[in-house]
Parts: sequence; structure tokens; C-alpha cells
Amino acid sequence: MSAMLEVRGLTKHFPVRRGLLRRVVGQVQAVNDVSFDVNEGETLAIVGESGCGKSTIGRTVLRLVEATDGSVRLDGEQILNLSTDAMRHIRRKLQIIFQDPFGSLNPRMTVAETLAEPLLLHGLATPDNVDDKVTELLRTCGLSSFHAQRYPHEFSGGQRQRVGIARALATRPRLIVCDEPVSALDVSVQAQIVNLLQDLQAQFGIGYIFISHDLAVVRHIAARVAVIYLGRIVEEATAEALFAAPRHPYTLSLIAAAPRPDPTNRDRSKPVQGDAPSALVPPPGCAFHPRCPMAQQVCCDERPELRTLGATRVACHFAEEVVPETATPQPSATAPRLQRRLDVLQGEALKRQNAI
Amino acid sequence: MKMGEVDIEATTEPLLKVEDLAVDFHVSGTVQRALQGVSLNLKRGRTLGLVGESGCGKSVTSLSIMRLLPQPPGHYAGGRILLEGRDLLSLPEREMRALRGGRIGMIFQEPMTSLNPVYTCGEQIVESLLVHSGLSSKAAMDRAVELLDLVGLPSPRERAHDYPHQLSGGQRQRVMIALALANDPDLLIADEPTTALDVTIQAQILDLMTDLRERTGAAVLLVTHDLGVVAQTCDDVVVMYAGGVVERAPTNALFADPQHPYTIGLMAAVPRIDATVDRLSTIAGSVPPPWVTLVGCRFASRCPLADDRCRSAVPPLRENGPDHAVACWHAPIEEATI
Repeated sequence: MSAMLEVRGLTKHFPVRRGLLRRVVGQVQAVNDVSFDVNEGETLAIVGESGCGKSTIGRTVLRLVEATDGSVRLDGEQILNLSTDAMRHIRRKLQIIFQDPFGSLNPRMTVAETLAEPLLLHGLATPDNVDDKVTELLRTCGLSSFHAQRYPHEFSGGQRQRVGIARALATRPRLIVCDEPVSALDVSVQAQIVNLLQDLQAQFGIGYIFISHDLAVVRHIAARVAVIYLGRIVEEATAEALFAAPRHPYTLSLIAAAPRPDPTNRDRSKPVQGDAPSALVPPPGCAFHPRCPMAQQVCCDERPELRTLGATRVACHFAEEVVPETATPQPSATAPRLQRRLDVLQGEALKRQNAI
Repeated sequence: MKMGEVDIEATTEPLLKVEDLAVDFHVSGTVQRALQGVSLNLKRGRTLGLVGESGCGKSVTSLSIMRLLPQPPGHYAGGRILLEGRDLLSLPEREMRALRGGRIGMIFQEPMTSLNPVYTCGEQIVESLLVHSGLSSKAAMDRAVELLDLVGLPSPRERAHDYPHQLSGGQRQRVMIALALANDPDLLIADEPTTALDVTIQAQILDLMTDLRERTGAAVLLVTHDLGVVAQTCDDVVVMYAGGVVERAPTNALFADPQHPYTIGLMAAVPRIDATVDRLSTIAGSVPPPWVTLVGCRFASRCPLADDRCRSAVPPLRENGPDHAVACWHAPIEEATI
């Protein structure tokens, strides 16, 4: 059985031009030989730090940026070489949610107009029933019908992201690329949007490519995680395996560097040193070797291929030797008092809701 | 286990004391509240976290302490900001300018916009040293290199001649910290110092700040939205919501025993990297906009426990434990409260 979305050997190099004649003087190797699958109703997270190429992967899959090489199959159909016309039908099935919904919504269109456009364009509604469809979409995304006649600037960040999600949902897509969808939101709103995305997935069986730099959110939402460093997948595994037993030193340092909201568990270990190298001149061998505490001569000479190790795919010469420094005893997720008080608050909220 | 009101200020005199600070914004003929009754204390050698979501007033508080709030539209409507007993709000601008970059060091979120792009990193530190300490230019340059070394910039003598755009984000933030530390400040104000940085770089910078605080003994006011950063670096925390303080406690006490419904909701909404839950907890509704006049508790519109008293009377910040104060009529929340 093949996956809903199959990405094989995806590569994107951006030419760097300089001078009067705009001669190509180099290539930014944004994405290199990236392969992954996304199944129906599944979330694959793509994580990495700024400039690692994670957004470019999402955009290349949607053909918002044309790939240099590789293949992308949606339900078995190769889409990278489709004509613009043929691609238009595919676009119905592939949607995107951006980090900044304000930048991605037309400020001169009401929400109703924004949502009606794709519905009419793809023949999913007729002018007679489009209003009902728009209202239904808004309801699905936790907004009300009175939001329809408003403009994007009248919404808060969280509501705007709901509009962005409704817009993506309008064409009943198979796959949504979520490009840092909650990074600009406050934590309480972030939780609302994450829950909404999960509800929609359960309801409609949508596959997500969830691009994020926030490992805590990723752990919560993703079934599988691909870690990107300098345009290449360095590790891919189920979320469970990746967080329990990271195999790549970079994954390990990412997980270690995330600040835990727990003052009794203060991290005293030294964080990984240095900055990410430039994608214009990637270091020879393993791209992580200049920062890697485990690096040996072979890491500078030879780029490790992505290989299978148990249930994990990892690109490291010494993956077998990577062990989490401190096998942290699973802390109770929430302090007992916090949990008890939260239960009181939620119980009361529920009681009031039922009373209405 | 309610205790009487205890005067904790009596023990050691804090370096910075903010009392009942109120700030308004005058926008097109209307008065919008930014801060109401904000009080906090910061002692030498301690790190105080000022935490809250966008629009809660945490940055307005830090800008007010530096007197960098643009006026107009900003307007100090009441209260005092005492640095070792001197009220900063009544200081003439000239004296204030001597404090900034001198006894008060500042680190901002975006080092690219807060460093001057047309001067080298070294020159900017030298300028601050010349203005505040009267060193010779040669001595100042040596000191600048020393500072860049202190903040862990590799080959500092060469980097001193680099312009900000030649450095990476993490390196720029290191230069910013060197600049803030140039004149041995007593108070370091860091407004979201790591928010624009990648997580591995954030860890480096937080490490550096903790290390430097231990070495210099400065007091640090850390403004952040990230409870993880607070838990890892702060001694004490002030939680703000909609322009006011809702809870104030030592970090350990706040995380082990959060009292305000907002603090509880916020902590429960944070996804954890070290644990999994089926569904994230959320706080219903959204923050009241600044033009809405608040009667009663500022969290009442979103609080599941809100009753008539909450909607009509402002709960005072009451001590509910050692150094632990909360502004909630229902605190401490137990089964018996409701």
C-alpha cells in the first residue's frame, strides 16, 4: 500500500546572483534529497531551526516553489511536472496555513468573500448556497456567522488563524501544509488552535505536514517527526521513539535545549555550541560536525547516509552511541496542585456551560 | 491556610521598587489603560521574571522603568519607580540618560534593530564607555574587547571591527549583552532577549546571562512570554494580565502551587516536551481590549469561578503564602471554594 503523499529525493537549490550581469555565483542548497511519506489522517512534523529549509520543503511540495529535482506523488499521481491547468485541480487537495494569517488574508475582502472564492472556483458551492457553506465552515472552525461580514483587521490573532484554517479547509483538502501555524500566537490561544487542528484531522482525515521549530508542540501534535539540518533529514522516527530515544546528536541537543516549564528540573548541562553553518557553503562531511560533541575524523570526511536503525531513520556515523545524557525520570506532567485546581476550574466551567 | 498580610519589604531593601504604577495611552482623544496598579520588587543578585501574554503590559512596565515609553501617546498616570529610593519618574531627562547604559543596562529582543548598523560593534561599546566612565579611547577599546570576550564571542579582537550585519543573530545578542554590561550596571533589563533566537542559541544566551549575573551580582528583570524560560532562569516571578499583576511568587512556589485561575490556565496550556497529554487545556475567550474599562477582577470575563463580587470589586494582591501574593477573591482554589 502506498502512502497518500510520497516525496522522494526532493531537492531545491536557489541560485545566488551577483554583479551587473546577475551571474550565478553559487547555489544555496536549501533542500537536499529529502524523502518522506504522509498518510491519510496523519501528522508528519518537520522540525529544525531557522534557515534549515523546512519551509522550503513545504512550499516545494505545493509547487509554490518549483523543485530542482525529485518527485512528489499525491495518491500515486506525480505532480511536479503537471501543467498549470492540471495542477489547479490538484491544488484543491493541497492547502497551506501560514504563520502570519494577517499577511496571507486579503485585507480588502471580508471573511465571507475570502471563503466563498475557493468554494465557487472549485465548484464546491453555487451562488445560491455559498452563504450557507461559508457559515458552516466558520462554525467548523469555531467562529460564528456574524464574523462573515468582517475584515481581517477586526480579528484577534487567534481568530485570524481560524479564518486561515477555514480558508484552507474550504476546498476539502487531502493534505494541509501547516507552516508554523501557532508560532505567532500566545500560549493560551496556541492551545486552542492546536486542538482545532486535531479535531479537524479526526473529523475529515486530513494529512498534515506540520512545520515548526517548537518541539513541545510537535511532540503533542505529530505522529512522526523529521528533523532537518541544513536542508537534509538527519533523523526521522515516530514522535514517541524520537523523544524517548533520539539517535542523532542534533536531535538530542534540540530536545535538551528546549526550556522545561519546571523549575525543579533545571538544565545544568552545557548547550550545544556555535551557530548553524551557511547553506551556501555547507561544511564537508556531516553538516553538523563543527558543532557536534561526538564528531570524529570520519564525520569531516564522509557524509553519513540516512540509514535505518530500529524504527528510526538516522544520518549519523555514530548513531548507535547516542544516548540521552540524563535518562530523565518521567516527571509528573503537571504539579499535583496545579492539576487539582485545574480540575476545579474545568469542572466549574463545565457546570456553567451546562447551566446555559 | 490563609495568612495575614506580611510586609516582606522590611527584610532587605530591594534595588528596584515599582509601586502602584499606572500608565495610560492617549489615542485619538480616548484614554486607554496600559498598566494599573503594578507593583514589584527586585533585589540585588536576583532574577525577576515578568511573564504574560501579548498586551498584558510587561513591555510597557520595562520601558517605563527605563523611561523609554514614548510620550505621547504614553502617559504616567500614577505610582512611583524607585531605584535605591530615587524616583525615576521625577528625574530630569539628563540624569535619566546617565542612568541608561550606566547603572541600568538594557537588552532588547531584536539585536539587529537595537544595534546601530553603521558603527562597528566595538565602536558602539566604546561610545557607551566614553560617555559613562571617562576612559581614554584606547583603554575603552581594550575594555570593549574584554567585554566581547566575556560574553563568549570567538576572536573578540577581530569581531570588534565587524558591523552588526556581519554577525549571526546569536552573536549580535552577545554584543548587545556586552553593551548592556559595559558600565557594570546594577540593574539589567532584558525584554524578550531570546525570543527571536533558535532554541539551541537561546539555551546559549540564557546560560550566558545566568553566568554573568552570578559573576556581576546585578539584578535582572527578565521580560518574557515563555514559562519555560522563567522556570529555567528566574528566582521570582510576576504574572501579568491585561495591564495588572495577578500573581507574584518565588519561581518554585509559583510552579508548584499556582493560585490565580489565569496562572493555572496558562501553565496547563503549555505543551510539554517531557510529557504527553491527549488534549491541551485552553483558556476560553480572549484578553479584554485596552479600551474596555475594567470593573472588578481583570480576569473575570474568562474565569470559570467569576461571581458578582469578581465582576464588581477589584481583588487586592494578598499574601497567600511566604512571598506568594495573588489577586483573586477565590484563592486558594480548592474543592471547598465553590
